[in-house]
This record gives sequence, structure tokens and C-alpha cells, in this order.
Amino acid sequence: MSKKNFRPDVDAAPWKGGYSPYDIVKEATIALVIVALLTVILATLFGSPDEPAITIKTWSNAAPVDFAVTALSELNGTSGVAQYGAPYNTASKGQALGPLTLAKWVGPRIPVNTVTDFVIDPLKALPDQPLLTQGLKKWKNASHATRQSWVTNYTKASNKMTFTNGAIVVNATNAGPVPLFIDDLTQMAQSGALDQALVTQAGFYTTDYTLPLLFLADGSYLANQAARQHLTGDQWGMMNETGNYPGQAWLWLYTFWYQVAPFNSSGNGDVLVWGLMMALSAGLLLTPFIPGLRSIPRKTRVYRLIWREHYQSVEES
Amino acid sequence: MSYSEIERQWTTRLRRRFVRLLPPEKLLPDNQPTYVSSWIYVFGVTTLSALMVVIASGCVLAIRGPQWWHTSSVGHFVNSLHLWSVEIFFFAMVVHLWGKYFMAAWRGGRSMTWMTGVVTFLVSIATAFTGYVSQTNFDSQWIATQAKDGINATGAGAYFNVLNMGQMLMWHIVLLPLVAVLLTALHVLLVRVKGVVPPFEEHAKVNA
Amino acid sequence: MSTFVNYAAIFPLTTLGHYIHWHFIQISVANLTVIVLMVIAFIAALVLPFPGRSRRKENR
Repeated sequence: MSKKNFRPDVDAAPWKGGYSPYDIVKEATIALVIVALLTVILATLFGSPDEPAITIKTWSNAAPVDFAVTALSELNGTSGVAQYGAPYNTASKGQALGPLTLAKWVGPRIPVNTVTDFVIDPLKALPDQPLLTQGLKKWKNASHATRQSWVTNYTKASNKMTFTNGAIVVNATNAGPVPLFIDDLTQMAQSGALDQALVTQAGFYTTDYTLPLLFLADGSYLANQAARQHLTGDQWGMMNETGNYPGQAWLWLYTFWYQVAPFNSSGNGDVLVWGLMMALSAGLLLTPFIPGLRSIPRKTRVYRLIWREHYQSVEES
Repeated sequence: MSYSEIERQWTTRLRRRFVRLLPPEKLLPDNQPTYVSSWIYVFGVTTLSALMVVIASGCVLAIRGPQWWHTSSVGHFVNSLHLWSVEIFFFAMVVHLWGKYFMAAWRGGRSMTWMTGVVTFLVSIATAFTGYVSQTNFDSQWIATQAKDGINATGAGAYFNVLNMGQMLMWHIVLLPLVAVLLTALHVLLVRVKGVVPPFEEHAKVNA
Repeated sequence: MSTFVNYAAIFPLTTLGHYIHWHFIQISVANLTVIVLMVIAFIAALVLPFPGRSRRKENR
């Protein structure tokens, strides 16, 4: 390699200097022992967090009106999931990265029908409920327009909803079986049976918690608990852990973009941040090939500290 | 079997290639260049050691299953080992990254070493993420329901369902650790093959 | 429930976290501690002398 096409930020001449004895296995062993000891010390001193999972039972007992309002939003199609779009339904075209509507192109591959999956099917699982069975039959035999009308009438009256003497009370007229559905679903939730029904819809064995998690996330209770623990998006929550534990500090740049314009107010915020982080990751990956970026180490001369012994010996000789 | 037949075998050719690339004294050297004289060099092996503790503690958690740590003091302690070794892992890896950047460690044909390192970093973040959503507690509920929006927006959410704990757990304990370990091994072998990057030349030079 | 080891962390960090607010930045004391320690470790690694100097001098 001649002097003139040697690129100092890309090339490095093979080392022709001296070598010193070095015990690589011993170094690795010492490092392993130190790291293992440090881990044991930290675990003994501080432990690890374990805030118990919130069940639909917990939620509906702590905040029955919030639960009932959420159940209603699943029925009237105004919930987050009902309006989500792909991968749950086709209600919205979803987020766009310029001309790319990636989620929409892939389509609803995890289909969720908020009316049947969150309300009607779980209610059908309740035994010995003659009034409810009658109500479900009435719902089944009603036209789409009739059902809409019942739900709309109930929704109009629902801003005065109360939970009184263990029941959801809404003064609605011409709401068909909807008041019964919402009240019965709330009681089912408070007993714990709804947690079970949402999970076992897929069969006896399941490890898929899509339905109960989506339902929980549509309500306010989960988010309120998260805000208490400083975990929400506008609290830089992605980096944080419950309690006083360190979290995922390495996500600082990912969550940073959510705090600033245009990402913090854009309907496409998620896909924009993802696209930007992919680009920055590509930049990090391809640093060896990016002029300017790859010159910073040589120009900032931090290396003079790292290799100062080498440079001193070169200068001495 | 004739000599030429042995020479043509895949086994023979693969072995000779590997030994040529990485003879034993290069794979496990007993010396290093005299310019390796800084504490910054310990962060690579520290990251590796932390990875071993992460995997070991993870294996212990696997023995009794994903619910064990919620109801057992020993289980909770092992979970704590797993959490803190992960914190040490990322701590050391990022300081290692800072050091390697300021050394411009990609120089002299070492760009693959740099790139395998960056990909390992990104895979580690994904591995940690799948771990966080496998905790089966409030934190995993919140992280999963939040993360779904970002992942769904890319279209990947249709196949990578963060609300499916079984799927996430299997990515966390099987698929991603396999990739992370393979990438780490490749990264370390590349360092052995290419050697530790030499210092910047400070004076004019002519090279052969 | 196992009672083989009655383990409880000495300083469990389970109380609600302490956060520092600075303009639009919000960071937990825990995360800030980790980041500060990383910077200290990096700087220390750069400036602290590394043992074996005389041996390396012999081998140059």
C-alpha cells in the first residue's frame, strides 16, 4: 500500500512491533469471577422488582365504572382496539411512513372483533342466567340497525353511569339487552370469570394473552397504574422500571424522539420513530464506510489516552 | 482410500481452511502486541462474562419455569441475578462500544468485526425486550401493550405478537439467544483472526 | 412456596421511583446513576495506568 492511497480512517498497517506475554484464559476466568461476584452482590443488596399483574378482576373491582365504560366502547366501536386497524381489524388504514402503509399491507392477521370477542362470547359462557340467555337470543335475532340503535341509546345515557349496590346503573331507554350485557359483564369481570373466558376462548391450553391484554389496555386503570410508576410514553417510560430500579437505559434514544416534534403529536409517530431508528442503526452499522463519521476518532484524539504508552515509546525512540 | 481422494474430501478441505485461518496459537494466543496497555480493553471480556452469567441464571430460571420466581424466594433471587447480570452486560457492552469507536477499531480490514458487534448489540436489545415481556407481571403487561403499537406500525406485529407470552418467551429463551451467541462467537473469532487494531500512525510512513 | 432460603433484598428498591426533571428531560435517579457510572468507568479506563509497563518495555 503506497503512502498516497493510505486512508488513516480506514487502513491500518500490520503491526511490526513487539509482543508481550499474555494469559488470555486467566484473564477471562478473572473477569468471569468478578462479574459473577458483582452480580451476586447486586442481587443480594437490591433484589429485583415484581409488581403483580393486573387482572380484569382487579380492574373491575377497583374501577367498575371505568371497566363498564370500556366494555361499552368495545360494543359501540369507539375503543382503541375497535378503531385500531391492522393487525386486529380493518377499521383504520393505520400509520404511514410516507407512502408506505406497512401494517395495512400486511392486513388483519390477528383478527379481533371487539363486540363478539370482548362482550358477546364471554357472556355466552356464563351458566344458569335465564335473563341473559334471553337477552343474547334477542341480540342474535336483531338486525344490525336495531343493535346499533340499542347501543347508541345506551351510549347517550352512559355519561351518568354509576356503580350502585353492586350493579352498573344507566338510565337508558330503548337500549334492548345492552344494559343487562354491561352489568352482567361487569359482574363476570369482578368474579374473575372474564379473565378466564378471554384466555380459554382458544382452547384449554393457551399462552396467548392477546384478548385480556387488549381489553386492559383499552381502559384507563392499567395506564393510571403505569403513570404512577412513571412508565408512560411522555414520561420517557420506555427506559424506566417500576420502583427505583434501573430500567432499559439503552432505549434512551428510542424514547427521546417521542418527546419532541413532530413525533410527539403525529398520528404516524410510531412508524416515524421506528424508521428513524432503523436509519440511525444503519448509520452505526456502516460507520466504517461513512466519511466524516469515521474520522471523528482520529480528529478528537481520544486514542492518544488509550495508546499513550505506545506513543511515548515511539517518541523516546 | 488414495491420498488425493482424502485431499478432495469436504472434511479435509474445511479443516485445512479453518486451521489456515485460525491456527491454535492464533485462536488461543499467549502474547499480545505491546500497545494493548489500557483498561479500556477489559470491557469486551467483561461483556462476554456478563453474557455467561445471564445465560447461566436464565438456565436456572428455565428449570422451574416462568412462574417460579413469583412464589419462591430462591426463584426471586435467581431472577435478581438475571436482571443485574443483564444490567452489567449492557453497561460493559456500551463502554466497549465507546472505546472501540474512539479507536476506530474497524481499520485495517476489521469492518466485519465492527459490524458483527453492532448487530450483536441490536440483537441483545431485542433479546432483552422479549425477556421484559416474559416476566408475567405488571411490567410485562405494560411494556407489551405499549410496544405493540410501535411493532404493529411496521407490519411486523401481525407475525411477532408481543401480547402472546408463549411466543415471546420462546423467542427469548431459544431463538434470540442462539443468534446472540452465534454472533458473539463470530465477533470474537474475527478479533482473533484479524488481531487487535493497532494505534493510529502519528508520523508519515511508507508501508509495504 | 419455598422456604428453603428466606431471601429478601437488603435494600429493596420497590418504593416509587425518584425522578429528575430538567426541561423536557425526565430521568430516574437509578438510570442516571447507571449512566454516570458508565461515563466514570469509561474515563477511568482511559486515564488509569495499566500494569505491566516495564515488561512491555522489555518486549518492544
